[in-house]
Amino acid sequence: MTPAPDPDSSPELTTSFAVDLRGIRKEFPGVVACDGADLSVRAGTIHALLGENGAGKTSLVNVLGGVYLPDGGEIWVHGEQQQFHSPADAIAAGIGMVHQEFRLVPTLTVAENVVLGSAPRYLNMTQITERVAHLAATYSLDADPTRPVWQLSVGERQRVEILKSLWRDADVLVLDEPTAVLTPAEAADLGLTLRAMADRGRSVIYISHKLDEVLSVCDEATVLRNGVTVARPGSLAGVERSDLAQMMVGEAAAQVSRPANQPIGDVVLALEGISALSDRGIGALHSVDLNVHAGEIVGVAGVSGNGQKELAEAIAGLRSVTSGTVRLLGDDLTGASPRARSREGLAYVPEDRLGVGLAPHMSVVDNSVLRSYPTLSRGLMLDLRRCEEFCESLVQRFGVQVGRLHEDVSALSGGNLQRLLLGRELTGEPKVLVAAQPTRGLDVAGIAAIQKQIVAQRSAGVGVLLISEDLDELLALSDRLIVMYEGRIAARMDPTTTTRAEVGAAMAGGTATAVGGSA
Amino acid sequence: MSEAAIVGLLVATVQFATLVYLAGLGELIAERSGVLNLGVEGMMAMGAVSGFMMALATGRPWIGFAFAALVGMAVAGVHAVVSVVMGAGQVVSGLAITIGGLGFAAFIGQDAVRQRADAVFTDLGIAGLADIRWVGPILFNQPPVVYLAGFLGIAAWFVLNRTRLGLALRAVGESASTTDSVGHSVTLLRSGAVLVGGALAGAAGAFLSLYMAAGWTEGLIAGRGWIAVALVIFGAWRPGRLAAGSLLFGFTLALQPRVQTFELSIFGLEVNRISPALLGILPFLLTVVVLIGISFRARHRPSPAPAALTLPYRREER
Repeated sequence: MTPAPDPDSSPELTTSFAVDLRGIRKEFPGVVACDGADLSVRAGTIHALLGENGAGKTSLVNVLGGVYLPDGGEIWVHGEQQQFHSPADAIAAGIGMVHQEFRLVPTLTVAENVVLGSAPRYLNMTQITERVAHLAATYSLDADPTRPVWQLSVGERQRVEILKSLWRDADVLVLDEPTAVLTPAEAADLGLTLRAMADRGRSVIYISHKLDEVLSVCDEATVLRNGVTVARPGSLAGVERSDLAQMMVGEAAAQVSRPANQPIGDVVLALEGISALSDRGIGALHSVDLNVHAGEIVGVAGVSGNGQKELAEAIAGLRSVTSGTVRLLGDDLTGASPRARSREGLAYVPEDRLGVGLAPHMSVVDNSVLRSYPTLSRGLMLDLRRCEEFCESLVQRFGVQVGRLHEDVSALSGGNLQRLLLGRELTGEPKVLVAAQPTRGLDVAGIAAIQKQIVAQRSAGVGVLLISEDLDELLALSDRLIVMYEGRIAARMDPTTTTRAEVGAAMAGGTATAVGGSA
Repeated sequence: MSEAAIVGLLVATVQFATLVYLAGLGELIAERSGVLNLGVEGMMAMGAVSGFMMALATGRPWIGFAFAALVGMAVAGVHAVVSVVMGAGQVVSGLAITIGGLGFAAFIGQDAVRQRADAVFTDLGIAGLADIRWVGPILFNQPPVVYLAGFLGIAAWFVLNRTRLGLALRAVGESASTTDSVGHSVTLLRSGAVLVGGALAGAAGAFLSLYMAAGWTEGLIAGRGWIAVALVIFGAWRPGRLAAGSLLFGFTLALQPRVQTFELSIFGLEVNRISPALLGILPFLLTVVVLIGISFRARHRPSPAPAALTLPYRREER
């Protein structure tokens, strides 16, 4: 670890900041993303940028990266004021961005992606490949320069993104939620790479929700709330997790409370030995047996990419199973369409809210009626008046904050998207709810609202399959817990008696400790 | 079949291949940058008529040919402004250019129709080689545009695969936001590719009016622009495969007017009883077969089509 910065040097007086953003303002139609945000990053440090969803973190770093033109404020890099009109300007000033969605060209090789934008006029790929490999070795970033990017895992792609910035000799590296997609081991490697960069005098801006990770990786932090910088704790040494959480939300974070025990009903969802392939055609699910009863929440834990997504899609009918049977309320629906399953009482909240769950460029109203439109039409025509009324009641019941009902749904924040999506899926009184990562990336209020709805469904006798990467959520809400590892159920656990450590061990492929094997 | 008939067929094959290759190469460059240009047919018509009239006025086919490329580029400029700069629908803009280009070419070419062309390209007749039996007339006694097309194909391959510009061009056709984020101008790259594509389409049209047909008449292009569009798919967006596809498509085009004169039977089928109209759909049929093949192959790997094809790019769209 680098030594803690001198407490006497007030950030306002120091001019040696690698990056100094002052009073940045950025508006989008109807939304103020940044409303005078400040961010000062010392050279040679890893600086956490914290804040809830919609706090303006991504917008702020996009201003620094030249992606967005700010509506106000100043950008200072190493003591010089900058005007970035495009990403090229920011790159020239030494800013390297690793976006949440990687900016990589899948069909090009690792080396081609790395040099794209700053390649020599004529390409000598042998020489370029060697230089990229050398750079990767310097920062222990494991990546084969000759492989096309579409063949790489998410962790490898992220390393390519970092290599891109290093190739450009970026002095400041910005990472937007870098570990959201990584396994714990990959996340630990990333931490080492970033530390190696900081030790060489570069600076890192690290956006994350994961407070434990921020405390172990970062030196300093800046906290945003509603587009404004609300706290700059300086050194993170001695700062507690709960302090950071407090700064982010501005009030004590509400803890989810365990729902009261209740008797369970009949089996509503039965999976008998289902297997399925991943998008790449590799086996992703291997004879999974699982029952969900009415009035219970079955939690599914696991590191992302161990078959959870395929499991949810196989149940929803979006992925065909290669063997096995899917039963809903006793009926064999293995080959049935998603629509037929929905009619039988299946509600599905997909992992990909904006894309699979909701159509980004359709309005709030249009998205809200996608499930119920048959009851909202007159003959072949949609009854627009009733559609609007339906949407309004949904918005009210689930507390969705919207501007206009007819604006694109993509203008909503993550929490409001999820409220709308969950609300839509819960109309028509489903018997089974499959929710994949329903609270991922949401702010505290959003998480609480979604969890409340899920518990309410359980109370109403719905069988819930809750797939999540948030262990605390799973342990708090589930009546039973299964852990997925490499497409199999690696462990079946009782959340009231299991510890985080036990679940974590099972997620990492450790010995399965079966508890109450009736699941 | 006589030797003369076979040689004649193959000589025409090379020329038809050159025609669709020139236009197809332009389309390939535009599509690799992510812009579908359905205006090729119209750009070829504009190139054909303007190149022919300029050659008529100056007496020099090369000036006509170069002028046709400029006119093709100007028409492509409309497509670039509408679909790249303003981000409107590429399909709509392209179709409008084809329909408008065909009509406008017919309008300005009214006086040129059936004009005797005295300034057209002549065969090069490379000394010593042109007289070789079979190979000579097919390969070494062709108009200069044939050799130019071959050179341009190699140049396009080199630029696409061995230069910084080509890397940027391939990247912008796959993901505009990625290319933008590393500091290349999406607008410049795509507009440039569309302009080059238009120049090649215009030049292809002039090859038709200044050599193959040696004259201008309405309907001269006769769907060859559409064949060029299909050819790009058939060639899986690669200059080399595009060349192979051009020869195949060129063969069917050359065969079309000749087939009924051939006295040849294959497996008991009298070749001269094949309808020329059926031959005409062969390129499109082959393209559909290739598309099906691609879709089978592409299930677990990226399609050879540029991923960002037809997708306009706006930087701040969330």
